[in-house]
Formats: sequence, structure tokens, C-alpha cells
Amino acid sequence: MKLQKKHLFDAPKNIKRILRLLYVCCILLLLLDLIIDRHISHSWENLWGFYPIFGFVGCVILVLVATRMRTFLMRSEDYYSNEGTDDKAITTSGTQSDEASKRKESISQKSRTKKGDRDVDD
Amino acid sequence: MWMIELPPFVPFFIGALIVSLTRGTLRGVIMVAIPIVSAMHLWLIPEGIHLQFLFLDYQLTPYRIDKLSLMFGYVFHIAALIGIIYSLHLRDTMQQVSAMMYAGSGLGAVFAGDLLTLFIFWELLAFTSVFLIWARRTERSYAAGMRYLIIQVLSGVILLAGALFYASDNNTLEFGYIGLDSVAGWLIFIAFGIKCAFPMAHNWLTDAYPEATVTGTVFLSAFTTKVAVYALARAYPGVELLVYIGAAMTCFPIFFAVIENDLRRVLAYSLINQVGFMVVGIGIGTALAINGAVAHAFNDVIFKGLLFMSMGAVLHMTGRINGSELGGLYKTMPKTTILCIVGAASISAFPLFSGFVSKSMVMSAALEEGFEWIWLMLLFASAGVFHHAGIKIPYFAFFAHDSGIRANDPPKNMLVAMTIAAGLCLAIGIYPQALYALLPFDTGYNPYDATHVLAQTQLLFFSALAFVWLNLKGLYPPEIRSTNLDFDWVYRRAFPSALQKIFTIIWRLDRALRQGLKLKLKVYLTVIAQKNGRLSGLLSRNYPSGSMVMWVAVMLAIYLLLSFIQ
Repeated sequence: MKLQKKHLFDAPKNIKRILRLLYVCCILLLLLDLIIDRHISHSWENLWGFYPIFGFVGCVILVLVATRMRTFLMRSEDYYSNEGTDDKAITTSGTQSDEASKRKESISQKSRTKKGDRDVDD
Repeated sequence: MWMIELPPFVPFFIGALIVSLTRGTLRGVIMVAIPIVSAMHLWLIPEGIHLQFLFLDYQLTPYRIDKLSLMFGYVFHIAALIGIIYSLHLRDTMQQVSAMMYAGSGLGAVFAGDLLTLFIFWELLAFTSVFLIWARRTERSYAAGMRYLIIQVLSGVILLAGALFYASDNNTLEFGYIGLDSVAGWLIFIAFGIKCAFPMAHNWLTDAYPEATVTGTVFLSAFTTKVAVYALARAYPGVELLVYIGAAMTCFPIFFAVIENDLRRVLAYSLINQVGFMVVGIGIGTALAINGAVAHAFNDVIFKGLLFMSMGAVLHMTGRINGSELGGLYKTMPKTTILCIVGAASISAFPLFSGFVSKSMVMSAALEEGFEWIWLMLLFASAGVFHHAGIKIPYFAFFAHDSGIRANDPPKNMLVAMTIAAGLCLAIGIYPQALYALLPFDTGYNPYDATHVLAQTQLLFFSALAFVWLNLKGLYPPEIRSTNLDFDWVYRRAFPSALQKIFTIIWRLDRALRQGLKLKLKVYLTVIAQKNGRLSGLLSRNYPSGSMVMWVAVMLAIYLLLSFIQ
């Protein structure tokens, strides 16, 4: 198994390889569309590349809409435990500073709890 | 026959009793043995009614076997066994007993032949499972468990009301096709719908499951919703409304799943999405569609269990479950990573994995019956589920940026349980005929023709391409520590705060009214007192009764004094 080798994706080269493999697969699948004679049960399926395009566009729309949903659905993590204090949505506009503060937060989190600490079950 | 025909819930309930009395290895052995023995027993019993008695003029049938209930019976045994192995390392009697009781209640419900028995197990499912949430022993889990229990019991009460209406309409309690043409039918439909996590009644699931214990969530994900799916398949096959409800269930949770940070909550949303496929199948109601729904329920129990187990392993070993805090775990948890990817491939319905052979049945049936737009929604949901469960879960937990956490693979028993589940996912995917032979109808369906395989592979690979493209462009939403509002906001925030406001207004009004009244009273009193004061100067000036009391007291004191003197 490839994954059992340690730190496989630390090298950017390997990530690139995986991506290239994905691109090749995608192109092959598109070409197969022309070769394989399919039993069509609906006229939409007749359109060339219906499934690939649907999959790609569907996912992009899904993610973009979901990201947009954050602007009015996202609240602070302790929203429900904090009685009526933090009613304002977290704004996603300042992504840069957000990222920075997030990183700081996660770092402080890391230093607070030691590795392998458990807070569940036994 | 080598044993009396015991309903499968009996060994589990007896097992729960024994578990509560034993300790250590013996307890483990008994817990593993019970689902195995019970499953073998079930395997040998022929279809038909095996237990029946009269109760207040109604025929009760606590044990009825047919092909539909048998499918769920088998998969519940598998789920119980996997869950038990997964939780063997636990030293928590409460969790282990309630898990046994919970599995038994699920089995009792699917083999119930009448509505009263169904109701009893319906409520038992709620009462036994809530301890798996409370066993986390945090304030959050206590509150979430409470909300869960209230909603589940509400569903049971509605079911009981529906059953009573049904009994008075039809003079029988038999649990068969019910349909939506009576009040009873609607009440029972709503009760099933709540447990099935219909839109707007779905938040008990996304609220409670991620708050349960590592092992508890694995059990929870298997039984409650699948019992509801079974009940819908029994009572409402071919009800067209279900097609639309199911399609909505497949689509809306994926949006929430994409922006959710708690990875077990992502899985809870994707559980609703998968149940949506089953509900659509039941709504279409043809042989192929029902087969698809039942087969998908069967597979979902296993692959969703596997995913919850792998995320449970991450939570168990690292103490964290938020996507924003995880990443890079493939370096030290390679086995869990691979097992998780098998689960992810199964739920995404990759060819050769179990999701593919069942989901495609529902999709084909939708197209055959002319539900074109529904089919498009299902196709969108298929791409979406790959996106959030197939890619997001493994990616943010095991890959993505290195979080610096170096946790090892979980204890052996957890790995064994996950391996069994992963093996089943692959086995069913590669040799689906074994699963198809157990289905209620014989449709001769074959998922592995070039058309299906190509279409599904194209859909998935280009979804993956979309993920890569969005990530490279920086358009993919980052994992952020946050709470996302969902419908539960209505009863956790809007409703309480509205009530609070209403009460504030009521209290303010009340205070104003009282003060006004007091003022009026004071004015009247002064007027009367003035008049009174003019009448009787010395004895009562302003407050006639006060001075009266004073003088009475003085007189009594004098009496007392006199009596002493005497």
C-alpha cells in the first residue's frame, strides 16, 4: 500500500502525481463516452458529456451556494450555550485576518491540550 | 428446528441483563455471542407468524417474519455485532447495557406484526438509546439527549394516537399497508416521519448523534432511522408524497454538510441524505424501487457505521473531531485512513463498492417511472454526497494541512470491527447477487452494465475534479469553528426567546396594571380616611382600622392585667 509509507504527501511532487492521474482519468472517461455504446433511457443522457458536466457543475454550485449560506447561517461555536449574547453572524468578508486568528486559536488549542489527550469515553 | 422460536429481541434483552451482572472478559464473550447466536437462530426460522395472542379483543402479533422484515433483521444483527466488537474496550456498564437493549428494541420493532407492539418498541428505542448520548457525560450531551428524548417520545405519542384511531376505524391493529386516506394514516405517517428525519423534523439527528459517545453513535446510526424506513416501506409504499419528501431529504443536507466543521455532524447530515434515497424508493413503490430502498438501507447501515467508526477512532485517539483541528493523520493512522476511504467510496457509490449496487436501483426506478426532475435531484445529491462524505471526511481528517497531531491507530477491537464492515462493503459491491437474493422482490436487476458503470464513474470523477479545482482556486470554504443554524434554531432559539419576550410584555403589563390599581386604592383610602378622620378625631385619624386595633390591644392588655391582679 502506498499510504503506509510515511509522510507520502509531504513532497509536492507526489501531490502533483496524484492530480495528474486524476486529470488523465477524467480525460479517458470523457473519451470513453464516445466509444461505449450506451443504453439511453432518457433524452438528457444523449447530450455529450452529460454526466461529467452535471457532476462538475453540480459540485461547483453546491460549494458556492453552501459558502454563501455561511453569511447568514454561521454563528460562533458556543452560540446555543451562550444565552442571547452573540447574535451577530461571523462575517466571512475578512478571510485573511480570519485565517490568521483561526491559526492562532488552533495553535493555542494545541499547546493547551497535550498530544493523545482524551476527553471522551473511558 | 433446534430451538424454540424466540423473537430476536428476547436474547438481546436477556443479554443486557447478563451484561449488567458480569464483568471483564466474560461480559465481552457474552456480548459478542448474542448477536451471532441470535442471527443463526433467525436464519433457520421460516417466514410466517410465530407468536400471536389476544389482548382486549385485538389480535397482537409480536413476532412476524416476512422478506421485508427479515432483511432488516439480518442487517440489525450485523450492525449489533460490529458495534459490540467496536465497543469491546469499554468499561461502562450503562453504555453496554443500553446498547444491547437498543439493538433488541430495533429488532423487536421490525418483527412487530401489530401497531401496539410497534409502539412499545418505538418508545423503547428512544428510552434505551438516549443513554448512549448521556454516557458522554458532558453538559452538552445531556441537553442534546434531552431534546432527542422529547422529540422521540413525541413521535411515539403521535404513533399511539394514530394506532388508536386506526383501531377504531378498521377494528384491527394489524400492521400492514396504511395509506394516507384517513386521520389515522396521517398521524402514523407523521410519527414515522419524525423518526425518519423528514425535513424540519430532522434536527434531533444532527443535534444528538454527534454529541453521543464514540461507540454510541455507531449504534445510533444503525437502528432508529432504519426502523422508520422499514415502517414506511411496510405502511406507505407507493405514496407519491414520499418521493418529494425523499428528494428534499437527499438535497438540503448536503449544503449543511459542506460547511459543517464537526466531522461526525457532517456524517449525520449525510445520513439524512442517504435515508432520502430510501424514502424516494419507497415513494415510487415499484418492485425495483422498494428493492432499492431496502437494499440501500442494508448497505447504509454498514457503510455509515464504518464511517462513524472511523471518525469515532479519530475522536477516541485525538480527542478532537473538528475538521479545523485535524489533518495529516494518514501519517500515523494508516489503517484507519484506508478503512475510512473504503467507507467513503461505498457511500459515494463507486462501482465495486456497496453503495453502487443499491443506489442505482432507486435511480433507475425513478427514471423508469417518469420522475425526471426527481432523478436529476438524486443525481445532484449523488455528486454532493461524494463531495462531502466521500472527499471531505477523509480529506480533512487524514490529509489536508498537517495538524501536528501524531495519534496512533485505535485499539485492535475497533480495527477488527471496521475491517468487518469494510469487508462487507466490498463483498456486497463485488458480488451483489448475494444481497439481491434476500430482497423482497425478484427483479433480475444487474447494476454492472457498461452504461451504469460509465455514467457513475464519470459523475464521481468530475465531482472530484470540481473539488480539486475549487481547492486550487481557493474557493473551497475553509473549516471554521462555528455553529451553523438549522431548523432547530426555531425551537432552541426563536421559540424560547419569543416566549421570553411575550412573558416580559405580560409581566410589564401586569406590573403596570397592579401599580395603577394600587394608586387608585390609595387615593380612595385617603379620601375615606379623611372623611373618617373628620368624624372621629382622636380614635382614628388617618387609618381607622389601625387605631382600632391599637385600642383593642390596649383594652385586652388591661383585661390581662386585671386578671393577674385578681
